This record gives sequence, C-alpha cells and structure tokens, in this order.
Amino acid sequence: MRLMPILMIAAGSLLLVGCPKKPTTVPEAPAETTVPQGSDAAGAGNQDQVGKARSLPDASAAGSATSPPAGVATGIYFDFDRSEIRPEYASVIKAHAKHMAAFGAARVRLEGHTDERGSREYNIALGERRSQAVRRALMLEGAADGQLTTVSYGEERAAVEGSDEAAYEKNRRVEIVYGH
Amino acid sequence: MLMIRRAITVFLLAILQSPPAAAELTVQILRGMAETVPIAIVPFGWETDSAAAWDVAATVQADLERSGRFRALPRSQMIEFPHQADAVDATDWRMLKVDYVVVGQLVRMPDGRFELRYELIQVATGERLLGTALPADPGALLPASHRVADGIYERILGVRGAFATRIAYVAVEGPPTARSYRLVVADADGANERIVFNSPEPIMSPAWSRDGRSLAYVSFHSSLPAIYVQTLKTGEQVRVSARSGINSAPAWSPDGDQLAVALSRRDGNVDIYLLSLATQELRRVTDDPSIDTEPAWSLDGRSLYFTSDRSGAPQVYHLGLAAGDRPQRITFEGTYNARPRVSPDGRELAVVTLDRGAYRIAAVNLEHGGMRILSNGRLDESPSFAPNGADIIYATREGGRGVLALVSIDGRIQQRLAATAGEVREPAWSPFVY
Repeated sequence: MRLMPILMIAAGSLLLVGCPKKPTTVPEAPAETTVPQGSDAAGAGNQDQVGKARSLPDASAAGSATSPPAGVATGIYFDFDRSEIRPEYASVIKAHAKHMAAFGAARVRLEGHTDERGSREYNIALGERRSQAVRRALMLEGAADGQLTTVSYGEERAAVEGSDEAAYEKNRRVEIVYGH
Repeated sequence: MLMIRRAITVFLLAILQSPPAAAELTVQILRGMAETVPIAIVPFGWETDSAAAWDVAATVQADLERSGRFRALPRSQMIEFPHQADAVDATDWRMLKVDYVVVGQLVRMPDGRFELRYELIQVATGERLLGTALPADPGALLPASHRVADGIYERILGVRGAFATRIAYVAVEGPPTARSYRLVVADADGANERIVFNSPEPIMSPAWSRDGRSLAYVSFHSSLPAIYVQTLKTGEQVRVSARSGINSAPAWSPDGDQLAVALSRRDGNVDIYLLSLATQELRRVTDDPSIDTEPAWSLDGRSLYFTSDRSGAPQVYHLGLAAGDRPQRITFEGTYNARPRVSPDGRELAVVTLDRGAYRIAAVNLEHGGMRILSNGRLDESPSFAPNGADIIYATREGGRGVLALVSIDGRIQQRLAATAGEVREPAWSPFVY
C-alpha cells in the first residue's frame, strides 16, 4: 500500500522529464490544427496562424491543485521556541514545492502553531515565524509567492490535547493546507 | 476624515444588549492575609420594615471579604443594628473584637432616585472616619454599593478600592471541532457578565481604552486575524488593522489616540508599530529580524515595554519613542520573560517568567531589577494589574481547564475565578471608571 503513491509520483516525474514540449502530443494546439497544408498562402501568411501559447494542466502529474501530493506529509514539526526547519523535512518541503510548481493553480495556506507553554501573544508571533520559515523554504524550492498565504494560530488550535511533551511536540507545527 | 471613516469597516452588532453569558464566574478564596482587618458591616436602614430595595451591606461585606484583607463579623453575631454613627456603642463592638463598624441607610429620594448614606467608625477611638452620601439611580444600586466598599477599603488601607471596576476576558466552550469564543465583560467580582462579541473563530488579547469605554481585541472571525475596537455602550465595532500577516497584541496609548500593535506584514517579520486611530497612519518602532511583540505603554506614553527574542530567547525590553532611542533590556533572570504589563504606579512590571520548568507570573522592580515570583501554577500567563495596583489577575489551569486567578502584589492573597462551564482566559482589568 505504501508503495503506490511513491510509484505514482515516480511515474509522474518520469513523464515530466521525458516530455519535451512537442505540439504533436497536444491535440488541441492551434498551431497543429489551423495551418492549412500545401496552401498557396503558405510562407507569407503562415506566421499569423500561430496563436498565443498557454500553459496546460499536466494531466500526467499525480494529484491535483486542490490536494497535497499523495503520500507526502502535510505537517512540519519544530523544536521548542524554534522556527528553523529540521533537516528531516527537506524532502517534504521539496515534494510540496514541486507539486505547487507543477500545479500553478494550487493555493496553499501555511498554518503556524505552537504548544501551549508561555505567553499567548508571543506564541502568535512564533507561529507566524514558523509559517514564514516554511513559506520561504517552499519558495526556494520552486513554489510561487502568489500560491502561498500564512496564518498563525499560536497556541489556540492544538492538534493534540494534553500538557506533556508527547502532546507538545505534535502541536509545534506548520500545517500545509491545500485549497485556499 | 470622511474618507478614512469610510475605509474602516463599521457595523453595529445585533447582539448589543445580549443576555448574560451562560457560564458564570465563581470566586474562591484560596489564601488570605494572616492579619485580616476585623470589621462589622451593619445591615443598612430602610424606610419600612419590608425588604430593602438593595442589601447594600451584603454587597459591601462580600467585596471586602473577597479582597482577602478583611474579616467580617457575621450578622448573626451582631447584638445591635444601628444606622447612624451616633447610635454606635463602641464598647459593645469592642467586645465583639471588631476594629471598624460600618453603618448606613438606603434612602429613597422624592425624585425616585436613591441615596446611600454610610459612616465608618473606628472602634478603638470611637472616631468617625467617614461620612458619605452617594446618590444612585434605581438601576445602579449594585455599582453604588461597590463604591461604598471602595471608600471603606481606601479609608482603612490607604489604597483606593477597585470593587467598582470590571474585567474583560475570553471564554471558550465546546469541542475542538465546534468551538465557541466569547469576549465577556463582567464586574470585578465576576458577576453581571455581558457578551461583547462572539465567534466560532479565536478571539484574543482584549485591551481596555484608558477611559474604560472601549476594548481593542484580535478576532479571527473573518478567517484571518484582525484588530478591532469596540465601544461597549453602543456595540459599534471598527476594524482597525487587517494587514497581511499577524495583527496582534493591541495596547492603548495613555491619551487614547494610538494603539501599539505587533504586525508581521508582508515580510513576515514581527515588529511593533504605532497605529493612529484617527488617521490609520502607521509608524514602525522596532525593526529587528527577531520577534518583537506584546507592547505595553509606560504611564507617560513616551516609551514602550515589549517582548523580544533578539537575545535568542524571549526577554523584556524598554524603548523610548523619541527619535534615535535604542531598546534597553530589562529582564536578565531566567531564559523566558515575556508579556510585560506596567503597574499603575509605574514602578513594576508584571511578566510571564519560566521558573524552574514552570511558567509563572512575576513582578519585576524597575528600579533595581529584582524579581518576585507571585504565582505557583505551571502554565500561568496573561497578567493584568488591578487599577489600584493591589492585585494582579492572570490565567492559569486547574484540572486541565483554563481558569482565572488573582494574586495580591505581595503574593499572599490568592483567589480563583472559574467559569461554571468551559474555559476562561486572557483577563484584562479595566481602569477606574469613576
């Protein structure tokens, strides 16, 4: 079961790599369908027949603009009072950034959270810094600024209720939410 | 001016004169002074034998006892019920071991209003320390009674009473998937709760204007956080900051013209700004890659205290607002000091401090920098001074539930204010309202 999404991504990547932008693979392309073959006008008027290029949704890529890449975690977790992204999340960030680059229509909200300790307003600022850290990392890996919004809830929305380290470490997070 | 008014979202709330909040606050005194002042508050006289329009003495007694500084003689132990100072027999009251006696009358005036007439007698000397007549509308007998308690508290302890003040706080009910947030204003004793604003999204950081007429707060009800100012009497709510990023931690300037706020704007860097309420003009006062937040004004309005982690962990700094002023670090003890609030006399800061693994409320002396730990919880936060500086109200946990707590500035008196349902947090004590 765990192999499935990974294979799908791999297949998607292969298709992406092995897919030069040949007009022949795009049946609706105006350049292909509107040039009259062997016409008298061929030569002079030829250029006028080429329309403006538009980007096409990559039907071969796995997933969609409104959902995260399959099999990729949507939570980035942080150390206490820190907002640096731990090295173990590099691949998660990369996968999301790649997905967003593939789906230009994807809109993602980065929700920053903290554990319940300390001051509420400081935690709002800390949650903001965490969501900004994830935003910058995603942009470095290819996501566009316009695709990303951030919001910090501070300690208002715990993922796990409880006042022990087991709960705290699950609450110090940025949630990557698609569809915003 | 008109343009600016139009640019601000204004709407009247339909729930203006809302019913009392469902979950009421109950007060529990955990610990009082070792030396409380013994006092007798004799039931007030009334025009007939029928029940009085209001039991003034009962309210005064509850206030004084709740302060933790007085011990009231039960009515059942009184042997006489005088209503005027000249009828007080000091010898009798000395036998009952009280130091002070309060007597008074509730009088209905020809115009339909009332007058609360009261006198305070020192038993040892027989001296009449107070004689006051307080007029009150028929609907204002409760706040008038709190003011009687204020007067007695001040005459005996030398500090103005704060019984006629109010507290704002955030009440939260429901499971994580169906939360209900309410911004509530109640009397200082937790009674008379009124919902100011409610939302299924978080409400945070209530802050009183210095005239006690308005609250600034943060609400997420439009899905992103914005700062609102709401006039309590009319319910008019004005959105004053809904910029990109966080809009948080509003604090009213002493002259009421500006809010100090913490914004991250587009660059995501949390800094402190001054927002003019009349013009919406924004002035950036900190510019540091670290977190700068939780501003609190000095009494003269010329400087701010705030939290910054520029040293690597949250500490409190002080920044003059004149051109060229640089932030000075105030707190040095421990690895976490945040959310400063200035005492009404300007001599101390209340802060949240990390004390041996627990988040507690502490008072920091601004002259010598010494710190006193005042609370003993594990997750204490959001301290707010009573306007007389005698007590600090803050948020704590009890059985995993958010409750409010009160501690005297010397740490000796402790109280809990718990909601009958749900959680309460982020208390803000009003200024004096008269």
